[in-house]
Order: sequence, then structure tokens, then C-alpha cells
Amino acid sequence: MSARALNWLRANLFYSVPSALATLVLLALAWKLVPPFVEWAFVNAVWRAPDPSACRAAGSGACWAFIAEKHRFILFGTYPYAQQWRPGLGILLFIALYVVSALRVCWRPWLALAWVGGLALIGMLMWGGVFGLPYVENERWGGLMLTLILATFGIAAAFPLSILLALGRRSNMPAVRTASVVYIEMIRGVPLISLLFMASVMLPLFLPAGVSIDKLLRAQIAMVMFAVAYLAEVVRGGLQAIPNGQYEAAEALGLSYWRKMLLIILPQALRISIPPLVNTFIAFFKDTSLVVIIGLFDLLTAVKVALNEPAWSGHGIEAYLFASLVYFAFCFSMSKYSQRLERDLARGRRHILRED
Amino acid sequence: MSTAPRLRRSWSLYDLRVRAILYQVLLVVAVGLVAWFLILNTTHNLEARKIASGFGFLDREAGFAIGETTLVAYSAADSYLRALTVGVLNTFRVALIGVFAATLIGTLIGLARLSRNWLLSRLAAGYVEAMRNVPLLVQLFFWYTVIADNLPGPRQALSPLPGVFLSNRGIALPVLHAHPAHAWMGAALAAGAVGAWWLARWAKRRQALTGQPFPSLAAGTALVLGLPLLVFLAAGAPLRIELPALRGFNFSGGMTLTPEFAALLGGLTTYTAAFIAEIVRAGVLAVDRGQFEAAYALGLRPRRAMRLVILPQALRVIVPPMTSQFLNLTKNSSLAVAIGYPDLVSIANTTMNQTGQAIEGIAIIMAVYLTISLAISAFMNWYNKRIALKGARPA
Repeated sequence: MSARALNWLRANLFYSVPSALATLVLLALAWKLVPPFVEWAFVNAVWRAPDPSACRAAGSGACWAFIAEKHRFILFGTYPYAQQWRPGLGILLFIALYVVSALRVCWRPWLALAWVGGLALIGMLMWGGVFGLPYVENERWGGLMLTLILATFGIAAAFPLSILLALGRRSNMPAVRTASVVYIEMIRGVPLISLLFMASVMLPLFLPAGVSIDKLLRAQIAMVMFAVAYLAEVVRGGLQAIPNGQYEAAEALGLSYWRKMLLIILPQALRISIPPLVNTFIAFFKDTSLVVIIGLFDLLTAVKVALNEPAWSGHGIEAYLFASLVYFAFCFSMSKYSQRLERDLARGRRHILRED
Repeated sequence: MSTAPRLRRSWSLYDLRVRAILYQVLLVVAVGLVAWFLILNTTHNLEARKIASGFGFLDREAGFAIGETTLVAYSAADSYLRALTVGVLNTFRVALIGVFAATLIGTLIGLARLSRNWLLSRLAAGYVEAMRNVPLLVQLFFWYTVIADNLPGPRQALSPLPGVFLSNRGIALPVLHAHPAHAWMGAALAAGAVGAWWLARWAKRRQALTGQPFPSLAAGTALVLGLPLLVFLAAGAPLRIELPALRGFNFSGGMTLTPEFAALLGGLTTYTAAFIAEIVRAGVLAVDRGQFEAAYALGLRPRRAMRLVILPQALRVIVPPMTSQFLNLTKNSSLAVAIGYPDLVSIANTTMNQTGQAIEGIAIIMAVYLTISLAISAFMNWYNKRIALKGARPA
């Protein structure tokens, strides 16, 4: 071992007696826990099996064959098998939209158009009924695709509303302010699950006889109602961070309320709210998993249903580890992005301050 | 800004104040109309489905059994009201224990992440990232499947510590055998706490008047711990630990956590601990290094510097997001319904399915959680006012 490596070890792992003890305890724990896990997850794992009984053989580790067998079901739910390239393409489109929105060179007005176009295209792909694509009713949508739909359409619908609500909360008009505060605090005070229950059992009671909304849309409405309140608080944080001088300057130019907001305040407020907005989106993305409780067929429901098949039952650990990995891939990349963006934006602001 | 006196009041649509009134009237009317429309539809639908609205159903016999109860006894012959009470208490039970455990684990992990030890801080960071980026519900299902499907039966139960047994029937733990002296020890603890509080007040006032310090922290600790210890010794040290033992197909004696409770508590605790770790870390980092140096320059010993200078400032950053995490944990305990722990939501759900009283059921759920949320935010506002920097500009 080179002297540099030794120095590093001494400076970072063994710099004091308690630290050396902690290092040794952690290494001992790793020695006990890691080899059995590696053996279970990789060495003895069954990767491919013609039938489920291979996983039941003595001494076998993780049954990844279960995932290999069910991956189409977990990704696309009960979407017609021959048509599953459509949700597959939809997932790729969603990811492309996320990536494009993450690039700062693409923060231009056309990005909004790209979103409208992209979402319309995804809707067309999923429903079909045009260009020779067979129609698929939304009861059959499912899996990862449904999770992405719930999260993305939910935020896309909630975001504009949340700006209005945030402006309402900072309004000078008492009735508008009170209504906004009551809505925001009420929604934030109750668990999402109660809103989902409300949407699934109470919404049908609210509608006039003969009008009905399907299950997916009902859940989507509840998710939007929920997201609006949380996003509004983030936007309000951005609005509060804008110095008063900006408001006064806009008023001095004689701009009306809406022109002041649209041209001067919101562009700055939303820009600094982007990192917390991404964090809210991550939380919302995770929260879509709650629709399993009202029986909607998202990624998590698909995993649970796949486990219900008696031949494959008992592989819950593998199944939920896989589901965790999928959620982690999306959430972790978004959270890393938001952290980097926060740093970049902060650096930009410091730069501006120095120029002053 | 014009200082000229207004000569006449014009009721023009171009007057901003007139417009403001108009907008608000429109908003109120719109909200009222929507509410009226919904109420009309709902009463119509309820009549059509022959569902009587109102809370009369609460007195009727529930007729379903509840797996576990806290504090109050319950049987299937009891009323819906009692069943819902059991649900509320079960929610409180898991939330209270969860808050304590998550704060403890979260603080340790947050401090570990700040450690200079590379291995320790990397591990803590990995824990935080893994927990924060996977939905809580997936984690709950994972823990539940680990306990209920993958642990051995009671006869082959794992025993990681003497007296602790892990099996697919839950977690069996040893408990202290109850003795009347224990209640007296609790009373002594309360008396000690009151005494310590009074002592600290007196010491503070004396120090302000005369400058003489008093070791109130040490004396207070001695009071809080010493009084119960005295009672304990005076009663003849009644300490008998009841170990769980295998009888037939399950454990008896000791305390058994059901798989549902154990999975929910474990999931909520480990998930929330990751968020608390980040809050603690941010709080410690928020205190400027210069504050340590200034405190040392004043001649304060490290412990006193920590207690008098660093902690009060770190807590100002830590407490507000911490309370919102406690609130989140309480709200997240409603996911119990997915793994079958009988919390408020899951019992209200059963009630709604049996009686069809959906509106009332959801109203009860929302009212309970709103009460908890409002109580916690009222406390928060009080606390924020108390610790706010004196003379600081309001944010």
C-alpha cells in the first residue's frame, strides 16, 4: 500500500480512538452482512427459469426470474400485449420531455409548446383510435406508464392553478386571501389518502344523476387538488423572495397587476423556485404509489398483483426491491439534478450581487 | 403618491378599489354557487340511494373485530363510535412512538453524516438517499413481506438478543412486570421535573441578580433521576422482567408487536429518520464557525459553549421543519390501511363500507387530522415567536 493511501486512511478513518473503533465496528458489520447478501442476490440467484419451480429448488437465492417473467406486466399493466410498444414509446417520450426540460438551454417559450405537444402525443398513443391504432380504454392502462401519467399530468394540471392560488394568498383582497389560505391549509392538513377516498367514494355523490367520471380521472383530480396546495406554497416562497423594489419598479412603470406579475415578478419568482419545485415533484411522484389503496393499476399495484399468482408467490422481497429500484432511478436522478441546479442558480445570484 | 384631498368618490370600474370589491363579490358568489350545486346533487343522490345522512350510525353496533386495541377495550358488539375511538388511539400510538424513534435515529444519522470518519459519513449519506427516494408505501410493503412472509414460524423464531423473538407472528419483547411502585416512580419523575424547572428559574434569576452561577443542569438531572430512584429503592427494588416464552403455536408473556404494527412503525421510523437527519445536519451547518470561536474567546468551556451559544441557534433552524416532519409522520401513518393495521383511516374505511356513510366517514378522518395539524401549527407559531431573534427584521 502506498504512503498516500495510508495517509488517507489515517486522516479519514483512524484519526482518533473513537473514529478507529467506529471504523472497525462498521467493517465487522459489513463482513457479517455483505457476503450473505451478495450470495443471495447474485451468486445463488435464479436469473431465468422456464417455470416457477426452479426458484423453489433448495439453496437458491433471489428469484430474479420472477421479474424477468413479469417485467412487461409491471411496466405496462394489462395493456393489450401486442400493443405494448405504445406505452413503451410513451415512457421514452416522458423521459425525453424530462431530459429536455432539465437542460437550461431549453428554458425557452417553445418548451411549453413541446410539453403540450408531447402530452397530446402520449394521450393519442395510449388511447389510439386514430391512424389505425386500435382504441384502448383507460381501464387497461397500467404499470410504470400509469405512474408516469398520474405524476406528469397531475403536475402539469396543478402547476398553473398553484400559481393562481399563490397569488391569491398574497393578494390584498381579504376574501381572495382567506379562500386561498383555507384551501391550502385544509389540503395540507389532511393525508392524501383521505383525498383519494373522497375522490373514489364521495365524488360520484357530488355529480348530478347520469354524469359519471371514470376511476382514473377521479384519482387524477384528487392528486391535482393535493399537488396544487403544496406547489402553491413553493411558488409563494419564490414570490416572497423577490425584493419589494421589483414590485415598486413595475408599478412605477404603470404596469397593470397581471402585466406586472407576468412580465416582472413571476419570471424571477419561478426561476428561483425551480429546485423546490423539483423536490415537490419528487414527493408527488412517490405519492402516486398511494393509488394502490383505491385499486388503480399503477407500478406498485402491478407488482402486488403479479405476486398474487400462486406459482410466483413468496417472492415479495425481490418484487419490492425491484419496484424500489425503479422509483429510486427516477427520484434519485431528479434530486441530484435539483441539488446541482440549486448550486448553479446560487452561484449565478452571487455573481450578480458582485457586479452591483 | 398624491396628497391632494379626494374631491368626490367615483364609482367607476376603473377605480381599483371598486374592482377589488367586485372581484371578491364574484368569488364569494361563485364559491357559494358551486357549494350549493354540490349539496343539491348530494342530497338528491343520497335520497336516490336511500342513505340517511347524519352521524346517527355512530351509536349502532359495529359488528367487526379489531386486531389490536390501545387503552380502551373493544369487542365486535361495541358501537361504531367506540371502534373509531380505538382507531384514533391506534393512530396516536404508532405516531407517538414513531416520532420518538425517528427523532433519535434521525439525529444520530444526521450527526454521523457530519462525522469526519469517511466510512461513517458515506454510510449515513447512502441511508438518507436510499430512504428518501423510494416511496414510503413500497417500504411498508417490503417490511410487511419481510416479517409476515419471510420470517420463520414461532417455533423457529430468530432471537437476535436474549428475550427478543422475531417470527412471522410479530416481534415478542420482554416487558417489566407491573408493580404498584412503578406508578409512584412515575409520580416522582413528574415531581422531579417540576422541581428541576423551578430550580432552573430560581438559578437564572439569582445569576441575573448576583452573578453567582448555579449548576442547575446537573442539579436538575439529579432531581429528575434521583427522586424515582429513591422511590424505587424505598419500595424494595421491585424489578421482575417478564420474558416471552413459546407456548403451543405462539408466544405468551412479554409484549408482542403484531407484524402490521411492527412493519408500520419500522417503515415510518426509518423513512422519517432520513428527513430528520437532513434537518439536523442543516441546523448544525447553519451555525457559523465564528460563533464557536466567539464563545471560546469569551472563555466558555466546550460543553457550555454548545449549550448556551450553538444549540439555541441550531434549534432555531431545526425546530420548524422538525415539527412539520412530525406532522408528516402522523399523516403518513394513514398508510396503515394498506397493510392492515387498524388505524383511524382503516377503521373509518371499514365503517364506510359497512354503512355506506361515505361523507360522514371522510369528514371524521379529515376532522381528526385537521385538528392535529392545526394544534401542531399553533404550537409552531407560539414557539417561533418565542425563539425569534429579538429586534430582527420580520422575514
